[in-house]
Amino acid sequence: MATTVPEPPKIDQDRLPTQGSGNGGWRNKIPAGGDLRRVKDHSSPPPASTGIWVGLAAITMSFAAFTSALIVRQGGASDWHHFTLPPVLYFNTLLIIASSITLEVARKRIAAYMGVAKDRVTGATAPAQWLYITLFLGLLFVAGQTFAWVQLKSQGFGLASNVSYSFFYVLTVAHALHVFGGLGGLVRVIGKMNKSILRRSTLDATSRYWHFMGVLWVYLLLLLWMKL
Amino acid sequence: MHDMSEHAVHHGAPTSFIRKHVFSIDHKVIGKQYYALALLAALVGMFLSWLMRIHLGFANFAIPGLSLLSKNGAPGNVMTPEYYLQLMTMHGTIMVFFVLTTAPFAAFGNFFLPIQTGAEDMPFPHFNMMSFWVTFVGFLVLVASFLVGTGPTLGGWTQYAPLSAIGDVGGPGQGLGVVLWATSIGIFCIGQLLGSLNFITTTLDMRCKGMSLMRLPLTAWGWFITSVMGLTAFAVLMPACILLILDHVAGTSFFVASNLVINDQVLPHSGGSTLLWQHLFWFFGHPEVYIAIVPGMGIISHILITNMRKPMLSHRVLIYSMGALAALSYMVYGHHMFVSGMNPVSSLAFSFPTLVITIPSTIIVLIWLGSLYGSKLRINSASLFSLGFVSMFISGGVSGFFLAQPSIDIMLHATYFVVGHFHLVMGVAAMFGIFAGTYFWFPKMTGRMMNETLGKVHFVMSFIGAYCIFMPFHYLGIAGNVRRYQAFTDDYLIPLIPVHKFITIAALFTGFAQLIFLYNLIHSRFKGELAPNDNPWEGTSLEWSTATPPPHNNFGDKMPVVYHDPYQYSIEGASTDYVMQTSPEKINSPDEEK
Amino acid sequence: MAKALAFSESAAPKKLGKGRDDMAKIFAVLIVLIAIASAVPIVMHWWPMPQDISTHGHLIDEQYADTMLEAGISFLASQFVLAFFIFKFSTRTAGEKVKNFPGGATGMVVAAFLLVGTEALALGVFGTKAWASVYFTPPAANAIPIQVQAGQFAFYFRYPGPDGSFGPIHADKISEANANFFGLDTTNDQDSKDDIVAAELAIPVNHEIHLLMHSKDVGHSFYVPELRVQQDFVPGLDVSIHFTATKIGRYEIVCTQLCGLGHYNMKAYLEVKSPEDYDAWIKQQAALQ
Repeated sequence: MATTVPEPPKIDQDRLPTQGSGNGGWRNKIPAGGDLRRVKDHSSPPPASTGIWVGLAAITMSFAAFTSALIVRQGGASDWHHFTLPPVLYFNTLLIIASSITLEVARKRIAAYMGVAKDRVTGATAPAQWLYITLFLGLLFVAGQTFAWVQLKSQGFGLASNVSYSFFYVLTVAHALHVFGGLGGLVRVIGKMNKSILRRSTLDATSRYWHFMGVLWVYLLLLLWMKL
Repeated sequence: MHDMSEHAVHHGAPTSFIRKHVFSIDHKVIGKQYYALALLAALVGMFLSWLMRIHLGFANFAIPGLSLLSKNGAPGNVMTPEYYLQLMTMHGTIMVFFVLTTAPFAAFGNFFLPIQTGAEDMPFPHFNMMSFWVTFVGFLVLVASFLVGTGPTLGGWTQYAPLSAIGDVGGPGQGLGVVLWATSIGIFCIGQLLGSLNFITTTLDMRCKGMSLMRLPLTAWGWFITSVMGLTAFAVLMPACILLILDHVAGTSFFVASNLVINDQVLPHSGGSTLLWQHLFWFFGHPEVYIAIVPGMGIISHILITNMRKPMLSHRVLIYSMGALAALSYMVYGHHMFVSGMNPVSSLAFSFPTLVITIPSTIIVLIWLGSLYGSKLRINSASLFSLGFVSMFISGGVSGFFLAQPSIDIMLHATYFVVGHFHLVMGVAAMFGIFAGTYFWFPKMTGRMMNETLGKVHFVMSFIGAYCIFMPFHYLGIAGNVRRYQAFTDDYLIPLIPVHKFITIAALFTGFAQLIFLYNLIHSRFKGELAPNDNPWEGTSLEWSTATPPPHNNFGDKMPVVYHDPYQYSIEGASTDYVMQTSPEKINSPDEEK
Repeated sequence: MAKALAFSESAAPKKLGKGRDDMAKIFAVLIVLIAIASAVPIVMHWWPMPQDISTHGHLIDEQYADTMLEAGISFLASQFVLAFFIFKFSTRTAGEKVKNFPGGATGMVVAAFLLVGTEALALGVFGTKAWASVYFTPPAANAIPIQVQAGQFAFYFRYPGPDGSFGPIHADKISEANANFFGLDTTNDQDSKDDIVAAELAIPVNHEIHLLMHSKDVGHSFYVPELRVQQDFVPGLDVSIHFTATKIGRYEIVCTQLCGLGHYNMKAYLEVKSPEDYDAWIKQQAALQ
């Protein structure tokens, strides 16, 4: 039944896994040397890294669904009112791109603080200020989006005014909700850093998410600009 | 000895009752919670099906007590037409989402995937806990629609627009009932996404030493492939539900066209696209049916191998075929829309991948059959239900052959033929997979065996009963019996009513058999015979190498190391007729996966 | 050797006797009986497809018959093989060796591609002819245009009258209360004046009909099994089909897309008449407008 490993196992030399082939695939953990007990496994990516790609895949699919809904809906009926996008959106775009830049600066500086063997920030003050700047820019972005919504609404263009406005609100609000999630992630990173328990993988994953929000926004802006 | 992986999840064992059994981050508890939810949902769904079948077989039958369930739906205990449709909609929704997506995937997968990969837990245990509670809230929201004014929605689990989007004018339950339905499903989507996140990262990142991807058992592969499908499919359903809710509460017109008139009033919507809903829904809907069946394929393959004492003809071919099914499932969704009014060229375009998907399905069935040859088959409840799965999948799959062709679909679309097809291939087969998994893993989860005699009785009754219910559905469909009818008043349908009576009796008989299972489950949990050891089936995968039930961190203080692939049975020269994955024994097995 | 297992109702072999497991035998027989019983109603035509009264239906029926033959053989063969293997290999004799199916997985993959794959694709390719006959041929120049409107929970039919054209539908004028089902404005719209609205679909035999399909409210579908026709209505998009009926008689048109609580009852009659009877009917209906 349950077995233990009292001795190093006898391994056939001709079954010794070699690099690149017969090794069970690129994520296999059998080390080429064959001694299975001593090796610490560094080869698999941290779950946060895989996890964030999984999350981004889901978000991509959702916005792809919204996009195809927009395209089909626009093509199927002639009641589409084209309108000019509120100019503040372009300013917001600059904000979110800037926030990605500041986040990258923050990430590199914090990573430099993390030692080679350890991946947690310890002791000394980490360069948090770029993180705070990113957070601030992110909040400004959401405020700017809110401004766009309020502006449109005050001009009499609500969610149901026309299907073009419906899609405008749905897409931008959905994006903003996800940005809120990203802001939450940044706050969490700051919190962990202040308690010296931040992992490198958490920082990287959060950054990746935030950059994706920027990329997604640029895509949405293009889509709205072309279609609306 | 400290944990091997830098990324291992460390959490100490919980102490309080709440933390141990209610808000637990332990994947095993979460798996059991999902199982309990699926069981509850299955009982509700089955009860609804009894009500439906009684009404269909015996029109205007006064079911005692029915008026207590619904004040408006059954005056004098006789079901109204709208109540029938409402029960039918809830039956479909509950079964597809809260039973078939939940039990084979979330229940068994949560419990066993980390154990089978050799991990302490899933990497995001708090998200995992949330995924269960979110799903549970989704179930409550759905069931709440029974309690509101005009009751649940009556539009079928497919909720085609514009009927689903125009509000109360469409019929009872089409206002608040639809909003609750869409909200419930939207919530369910979130739960699924959180679950898929954990399954994917566990499979890719949390394997123990020696556990290469190809050494994962077929169950793990089934759950992995399903979680990838779930991630992408549910991420499309949620936007669809959001747009549907907006059409209800915000006055938008995503799905409702212009100039529609009900009760002599022109509806205020304009420009919406009827077909848009169908495209969005079925893009999710077709992968969904594979989400329902692929875990079952993995589970019964695993169980069959253990009970055949030999591996499948090819581990990789099964994995690649399941993967091919998943990939193709995105290209075939239009076969639900052949006569929908979409471009008839598109219909042909969709029919070709639908026909092509028979190839991986056939490969899988042929591998199952071919692997039985020369085996040392052990018969027990688990293996019986696994073999029953094969039979049901064949039957249901064969009827798909007809529906894949648009010209034949002209005759069979929206008839009982379709209902028979999907019940056999998805409803019954997947249920058999759930039963097989329950009988098989019950000893590992509880330390006791389920009663074998009752299990065999459950099996024989269910097998005969299911065929007696769903085979006749095909004959009805061929004769043109339309589906979703609460009564048969058309001239050409009246002669078919005796068939419906037969089916109703078979359904009640089969339903009774499930109560035997329920009794067995509960009785065995407390009074069942103790499992003789940690590995009563003489299996090889990692769940059988650990204690019963597994300790909090799955493997105690020694994380497993894997030396073999999971299906080393009946190896020449080995000391036993099964070689566990964790056994360091050198064996002569040149085809073994590395 | 694996140590003896202690529990009594052995589900894993403890006592390895000779011969086969009884349950296995029962199960194998059950599979065979059920498979045969499933085939009997089909082979004996107990509930056959309704008679074909259309010009294009034979193509569909041929596809169906071919598919039934192949599906039937696949179904019976695979269930019998399953039963046989369960019966034969549920041995309880200790010391038996396992064997592999000759050809292994490769054989199965090849069989799947060659047998099923080619068969499925052949059906698909030949099936395009049946589909094309319905959807890729334009209606004949002399096809009679008839409009059908589906609404909760009835079908109404409109004939264009001597001017050959349909008057516009005014949604705000639709009134069941006033029996103005199509929302016609016969005062102001010239084309509407001679339109004929009826509650049944009367058509002349052997004459092509071009059916224009309009939905008043939600999704519905038009299904006449004998005519080998089924087509959904799409609210917001008018679709059309064409067909020719070859046998005089009365047939039912039923709705097959869930449209609300009256869905089960939503039907109309298709009356296929001789040309003379059809002309008489049209005159009679025109007088009733």
